[in-house]
Amino acid sequence: MANEVLVLAEQREGTLKKISLELMTIGAETAKNTGADLTAVIIGNAVEGLAKTLGAAGAKKVYVGEASDKYYNTEVYTQAIADLIKQVQPAIVLAGTTAMGRDLTARVAARVGAGLAMDCTEIRVEDGKLVMKRPVYSGKAYIEVTATAAPAIASIRPNTYAQATQDASRSAEVVKLEMKPVTPRAVVRETVKTAGDKPDLTEAEVIVSGGRALKAAENFKILDALADVIGATVGASRAAVDSGYVPHSMQVGQTGKVVNPKLYIAVGISGAIQHLAGMRTSKVVVAINKDSDAPIFQKADYGIVDDLWKTVPLLTEEFKKLLAE
Amino acid sequence: MKIVVILKQVPDTETKIKVKADGSGIETDGIKYVINPYDEIAVEEGLRLKEKLADDSTVTIISVGPARVIESIRTALAMGADDAVHVNDPALEGGDSLATARVLTKVIKDHGFDIIFAGKQAVDLDQAQVPPAVAELLDIPHVNTVAKFELAADKTKATVSRRIEGGDEVIDVTLPALLTCEKGLNEPRYASLPGIMKAKKKPVKTVTLAELGLEANQVGAAGSHVKILKWLPIPERSPGKILKGMETEAAVKELVRLLREEAKVI
Repeated sequence: MANEVLVLAEQREGTLKKISLELMTIGAETAKNTGADLTAVIIGNAVEGLAKTLGAAGAKKVYVGEASDKYYNTEVYTQAIADLIKQVQPAIVLAGTTAMGRDLTARVAARVGAGLAMDCTEIRVEDGKLVMKRPVYSGKAYIEVTATAAPAIASIRPNTYAQATQDASRSAEVVKLEMKPVTPRAVVRETVKTAGDKPDLTEAEVIVSGGRALKAAENFKILDALADVIGATVGASRAAVDSGYVPHSMQVGQTGKVVNPKLYIAVGISGAIQHLAGMRTSKVVVAINKDSDAPIFQKADYGIVDDLWKTVPLLTEEFKKLLAE
Repeated sequence: MKIVVILKQVPDTETKIKVKADGSGIETDGIKYVINPYDEIAVEEGLRLKEKLADDSTVTIISVGPARVIESIRTALAMGADDAVHVNDPALEGGDSLATARVLTKVIKDHGFDIIFAGKQAVDLDQAQVPPAVAELLDIPHVNTVAKFELAADKTKATVSRRIEGGDEVIDVTLPALLTCEKGLNEPRYASLPGIMKAKKKPVKTVTLAELGLEANQVGAAGSHVKILKWLPIPERSPGKILKGMETEAAVKELVRLLREEAKVI
């Protein structure tokens, strides 16, 4: 029996999350380097259709678990995934570092006695072993770890790998996942959306963040305008959150959200070490600040030393012109 | 109710982390240690629950780590916790989250529990693995990243809000349960001067593995499923292009050009 690299795919309200296709990319590479088959598992309420997408994205086999509840449930999913791991004994299991991935992998690893590395920004096969690299101290350093028990479970930070391309000529064998009845002691009653249609900061590819220099809650409007033009999600520094301008759910930093976008624009943020920790893996960092000594400029790829009230509206206009072309 | 709070001591978030030249760890000289910020929220939530119940409920702090951890335990006691258990044993060195969870689970079982609060993650290794593992080993439910907590009148269940991407899940959970606390749940209090004085007399039990009845092969590096190969410093960013002393309009145009043509991100 061929070994498996098993991807824990994730859906919300019947839609496959982007991270799942990112996992298919690194899953395929890992499977190739270990001589294993790439497989995936998806659980939800009437989610069989998603198996087709996962097949087109490279899965040879997709385990589909039918759950009566449309919401994620820790105990139900843990039981199903733990049973699957015991049954097929994959060498490697990959999940996303998401609210579900963090929750599920921690519980599953404890149940099956796996070696879990949370929130990896790189995994690679070396001498037949999976080396998992992950930021620690919110990105102020890295550790490389390896599992000494099977399976190795790695949760992968969103936006680390490109999404796998879908090729309709590829398809997966669909296997029904046995779902042992579980009476969960914690149940989601409902979900409440707190943000608009923009991606969450942890998943966003473009982020515009504001600091204390924004001076008031209503001034975040100028960042909203910029964000709308370039499809960005708006974040904030701890200083802005502590001043009450925006809610904590918008905080980027060591005690806020850790982000990994392609483009991070820091507006009026000085760059406290606490904040830098949360956005350090951003691919391109832009800083706008009138203080040329602000530490953020040492971490920025590009910057403008100028007044933000003058700069930001002009930047919004300039992007608008460019993107209209 | 027996309210238990799991606490970890971590370097202050303003600490500069320097990896040792041989990659074996970080330089610990001069590090200022504090209560993990999310655990402070857990302590506060435990105290608020006790105050609301206004009965004979107790808040017990449980922490694993070296001798210096006692300072953080005293801080939590000064905030108002009743007592503490400190597990300190050299055999715990190199333990991963599962090994640590085994130790905590044993202490919590021995002490008894109705509800357990922990931080959503420790800001040192950022794993967020220990609390769910403890819940698993105790065979109780857990809810992660709780931003709202309300105990039902009959004290057998609670309704909590859990932060997820772009929103919250509202969850009904049966007790006993373990909840990990997210920022926004509360604003932790400062220890008052009388609190600090009282804390000195509050009972802190220091225990070793032998006293807990745990074998050395269940904990520390021997009881772990993950091994750290090496520590790496973060790569230096090459100096950026900072536009200074230009007309705002010209600087903005140049920035947009660079983002499109050089960085290719727009």
